[in-house]
Amino acid sequence: MKCTLAVLVENRPGVLTHISGLISRRAFNIESIAASRTEEVNTTRITIDVEVDDELELEQVVNQLSKLIDVIKIVNLTHVDSIQRELALIKVKASNTNRSDLVDIVEIFRARIVDVNRETVVIELTGEQSKIDALCEVLVDFGIIEIVRTGKIAVSRGPVAAKEL
Amino acid sequence: MKMLGAEAVIECLKQENVDVVFGYPGGCVLTLYDALYKADFPHILTRHEQGAVHAADGYARASGKVGVCIATSGPGGTNLVTGIATAYMDSIPLVAITGQVGVPYIGKDAFQEADICGITTPITKHNYLVKKVQDLPRVMKEAFHIARTGRPGPVVVDISKDVFNAMFEFEYPKTVQMRGYSPTFAGNSADVEAVVAALQLAEKPLLFVGGGVCLSDTADSFREFVELTGYPVISSLMGLGSLPSSHPQSLGMVGMHGTYGANMATMECDLLLGIGVRFDDRVTSLVKDFAPRAKIIHFDIDPAEVNKNVRTDLKVVADLRWSLPLLCKLATATREPNEWQSQVAPWLAQCQQWNRENPLPSAVASERVAPHSVIEKVRTLLADDAVIVTDVGQHQMWTAQYYDFVKPRSLLTSGGLGTMGYGLPAAMGAQIAQPDKTVVLFSGDGSIMMNCQELATVADNGLPITIIVLNNQVLGMVNQWQRMFYGKRYSHSSTHGGTDFVKLAEAMGVTGMRAATLEELDSVLQQALTTEGPVLVEVMVPATADVLPMVPPGGRLDQMVLGG
Repeated sequence: MKCTLAVLVENRPGVLTHISGLISRRAFNIESIAASRTEEVNTTRITIDVEVDDELELEQVVNQLSKLIDVIKIVNLTHVDSIQRELALIKVKASNTNRSDLVDIVEIFRARIVDVNRETVVIELTGEQSKIDALCEVLVDFGIIEIVRTGKIAVSRGPVAAKEL
Repeated sequence: MKMLGAEAVIECLKQENVDVVFGYPGGCVLTLYDALYKADFPHILTRHEQGAVHAADGYARASGKVGVCIATSGPGGTNLVTGIATAYMDSIPLVAITGQVGVPYIGKDAFQEADICGITTPITKHNYLVKKVQDLPRVMKEAFHIARTGRPGPVVVDISKDVFNAMFEFEYPKTVQMRGYSPTFAGNSADVEAVVAALQLAEKPLLFVGGGVCLSDTADSFREFVELTGYPVISSLMGLGSLPSSHPQSLGMVGMHGTYGANMATMECDLLLGIGVRFDDRVTSLVKDFAPRAKIIHFDIDPAEVNKNVRTDLKVVADLRWSLPLLCKLATATREPNEWQSQVAPWLAQCQQWNRENPLPSAVASERVAPHSVIEKVRTLLADDAVIVTDVGQHQMWTAQYYDFVKPRSLLTSGGLGTMGYGLPAAMGAQIAQPDKTVVLFSGDGSIMMNCQELATVADNGLPITIIVLNNQVLGMVNQWQRMFYGKRYSHSSTHGGTDFVKLAEAMGVTGMRAATLEELDSVLQQALTTEGPVLVEVMVPATADVLPMVPPGGRLDQMVLGG
């Protein structure tokens, strides 16, 4: 099963390596990892999607991560009502003949075209991972040149911050 | 007070009550060594950085204090890696100080540069790269705090050469503040109550003691509980010494080379209470068949140990210094001792009978010296508080099986990582930590060679260690596995007997002795233990002796090869 963890860590060099290294050396599989500064300058928030067999394995991931000195708090967002987003930039082949079809698809997905030239367009899409997967699938027919995705970030609904959960 | 970074490091060591460091100088720590010289700070020069880190580890295990070692950048640091990993696996408090190239050179593949923080991340509790001298006091304070609190472990402090050379205003912090680190001490008392309730229902309970009891110095509480309840006790390798091996309730070591009684009890018990153990695969063998009838309870300070290897039914996550006294108190309040004991008396008798009917193999009458009889013989010549150190291999298992350990911290051995070459430097550290105690190292002809350069350190410092090398002229444990599981194809497991260990010892300044027959053994051991200064005794033993019983890898604990 796929689980989403919000990991609050000290904003120090090497922390992301510590986290990702620990997960991989304990033989758990990272699906996605995204890190950035937060509202507090000395705190970084890392959102991790990890694939585990069961709750016990998830408990292990959390407990092992908690042992890292630079980890301040871990919040399991898997079963919390939360908003989950990912950003993708997709470069697709686009000729005169099919560009308008492409524009239609972009509109249906509420994505944006952020760059156009004679042979290609770059599409920007924000959304849940499944939505981005769906767009990518449709774009295959046009010829995808490259895809860049940020990895998932997540925030709980309601007024309470993860650090207070 | 204004001082150099290097002087500040020594000031921090003094503040942390460090009384000796083990190390090896080099380019990036020269300023630190200059400061050591000026401060006349006690330092043991080993002959290899691996010797320094194992010595600091042995010092920590024997004393309960934090061991400290120093190495230079690059190869100095990488030579520490095995020792740091050894300490990490056995939860030993250690601070390793390494030099790093100057700040402007970091990341430029400078001379003797290696990313020690990167290299040691998976094998340390935490590590630091200090690039600013102002950070030094805080980092040192945190490093010692992290190493010794909670589940102990090694911490690396990698200090840039520039930091040692920088002048600053030194002030040692009085407290540490780390948002992400607040080790457990007290647990949930309701958890302990639940354990006592479960114990009352158990017909065949079994206590499983591990290294955590030795590390937390709670052997007294543990023994109180053992004697109150009358429960049989099995021990991991690291748990030996928590309860005297000859105690009537002690069934001995469990696992791959465990006793018949300990392994059978594990298979038959209906409740297994693990205390400061981590259910290593050398203990459990096939996890799915481990203690198949038992409710499993786990006491540990590290929440990540619970449910890691074995699924538990009840847990108490807390320092044993909190949980064991509470367990004793609640158990005492619940029932009278005779009530606890009478409920399990038939079960204890059954466990004892298993061991009586299938004892450890004893020596066959012969001219040749049976290796385990050397261990038994040495035991008769030593006091209960002698510190026994081992290397890794057959001699290690024989020591664990045949030596009657009475006190905690009386066995120093590389349990988790299984580091050959650990013993000699660890024995040095132990002797320095406990100058008034007798320190005896059991090693093999394979293991001793892995850090034999430290004989020179032992001689140099006049450390009165007795080193007993069981020389069977093969890599014994490898040889045994090849004999049992690889069709006797002895691939590269012979040391060919070309090394004269007596001469080796003498070349390094250590008294050398040899015993080849039983008659010689008696007099040589007597002589060795009364000779002043360090002595190496080479005992010639047959190559064919196996460590038995043995659970073949992948087997169940009750599928032992018994022998004897």
